[in-house]
Parts: sequence; structure tokens; C-alpha cells
Amino acid sequence: MNKEQFLNELRSRLSGLPQTELEERLSFYAESIDDRVEDGLTEEEAVAGIGSVDEIVEQILNEVPLSALVKEKVRQRRAMKLWEIILIVLGFPIWFSLLIAAFAIVLSLYISLWAIVISIWAVDMSLAACAVGGVLSAVWYLIQGNPSSAFFMLGAGVLCAGLAVLLFYGCVELTKGMIWLTKKMILGIKAMFVGKETVEQ
Amino acid sequence: MDIQLKRGLLDACVLAAIKDEDSYGYKIIKDMKPYLDMSESTLYTILKRLEAAKMLTVRTAEHEGRLRKYYHIEEPGLKRIEEFKEDWKEIMAVYRFITKEDDPNE
Repeated sequence: MNKEQFLNELRSRLSGLPQTELEERLSFYAESIDDRVEDGLTEEEAVAGIGSVDEIVEQILNEVPLSALVKEKVRQRRAMKLWEIILIVLGFPIWFSLLIAAFAIVLSLYISLWAIVISIWAVDMSLAACAVGGVLSAVWYLIQGNPSSAFFMLGAGVLCAGLAVLLFYGCVELTKGMIWLTKKMILGIKAMFVGKETVEQ
Repeated sequence: MDIQLKRGLLDACVLAAIKDEDSYGYKIIKDMKPYLDMSESTLYTILKRLEAAKMLTVRTAEHEGRLRKYYHIEEPGLKRIEEFKEDWKEIMAVYRFITKEDDPNE
């Protein structure tokens, strides 16, 4: 990839950034590429030294607050025609309710995923409680002079304890997975506001 | 590494790179290279943050028929380096406390 292609690719992928910030970033990269070339690298090597476009875009998305991206997206690039305004106003009951519904569906899916994770945690907790209960009742039966029942309760308690420990690691992994998913979703939402669209000017 | 600690470390590195003479993006990265690898994107964010905090100023100058931005350290930036050195003394003391038990000579 040469300098021109690299900068064009970045420009189209980051078109949702505020204009002045985008220009400043691009000129920063351009200067660094020129300096690398001056240092004896070929243009291709210089561009490769900066890093891949994907990496750069992801890092910038992580740094720029969502509010800045939304503001840039909402800012009109051209004046709206009268019929467009009328259509938007008249269509409000339809598009607004659809928007709310779509948002509610995504949110409820997300919440139900968390609910599953929480319920598995609850199962793990009750297994742990059964383990304690099993051991305690084993002691009780032993005092009562009923060794066979005591032995049974002890066995059940140990079984529950084993399951609880195994499930605990599963729960930790699931929770980590959900946190990862949350981060990806936030990145995805930000990506909806940046890039993808072609620059319209 | 702890995010706050790392941020302070990176800020101080960039300030140190422009302390003795004004420098530009690629040279800052090259000067830091033996000690840490920093990408252009990371450097850009740090320079912006330091500029907003008035620790450095930017001037544009011509170089070989193109424009280059030079970064100049300001008084608050120099102060920040001194603060960093003081903070690091405390961290080193804690480090010695943490590793004391590993050292058979003590």
C-alpha cells in the first residue's frame, strides 16, 4: 500500500470523526510517512511501519468518546428540503416507534444473556450451600447414631462441593465472555457512527 | 500494567523526548525506540493531551519543501517531569519492599 492509498483508506474509514480532527490526524500520519522515507525506507515500508488501517481505526474508536461521534453524525452536511422535513415529522409515529422497538429488542436480548449468566451463578451458589448442608447433616446423623445416613449425606455433600467448584470456573469464563461481548457491542455502536459510509461532500 | 501508572510513564517519556530540543513525531518515536515501542496513534493521543494541559506547544515549520510540526516543552511540562521523578522514588521504595522477601541477602 502506498501513502496515497493508506491515507484515502483511513479517510473513508474515519469519515465520522469531526472534520478538523480527521485532517489533523491524517497530516500527522502523512508527516511520519514522509520522515520515514527521508530516513531511507521505501514508501511501502514506511506505510507498513505506521501499522495496519484496521488497528489504527480500532484504537481511535476506543479513544474517541461516543458523544463526539454522534454529534458529528447528526450535524447536517447539507440543508434539508421542505418535503424531507414534512416526511420526517409526519412519519414520526412510525419511525420513532420502530426505533424504540429495535432498541428494546437489542436491550432485552442483552439483558436476558446476563440473566442466564446470573442464574448459572445462582445454581453454583446453591450447590455450594448443598455441600455445606450435606456435611452438617452428616454430622447431625452421626450424633443421632445413624452412620449409614450420615455416610450418604456426606457423599452427597462432597458431590455438590465438586460440582460447585467445577461450575465456578465455568461461571468465571461466562462472565468474562459477557464483558468481552459488552466491549464489542460498544465498539460496534461506535463503528455505526464512523466510517463504512462513503465521504459525501 | 495499571492504566494510570502506564499513562504517567508514557507522558513523562514523551516530555523527556522533547526536553533538550524541540522534536517532531517520527523523531520522538525513534528516540524512544530503544526503551519502548510507541505507535503513531498512541503518540498522537499523548501529544494532544499534553498540549491541552499546556505542557507543550506546537509550531509548524518548513522542512525540505513540506510542513513539519515541532513540539516544544513548556514550564508545566518540565514540572511534570520533576513530579514524575519524585513519584517514581516512592514507587521504587514500594518495589524494594515488595521484592525484599525474594532477596536472600536481606
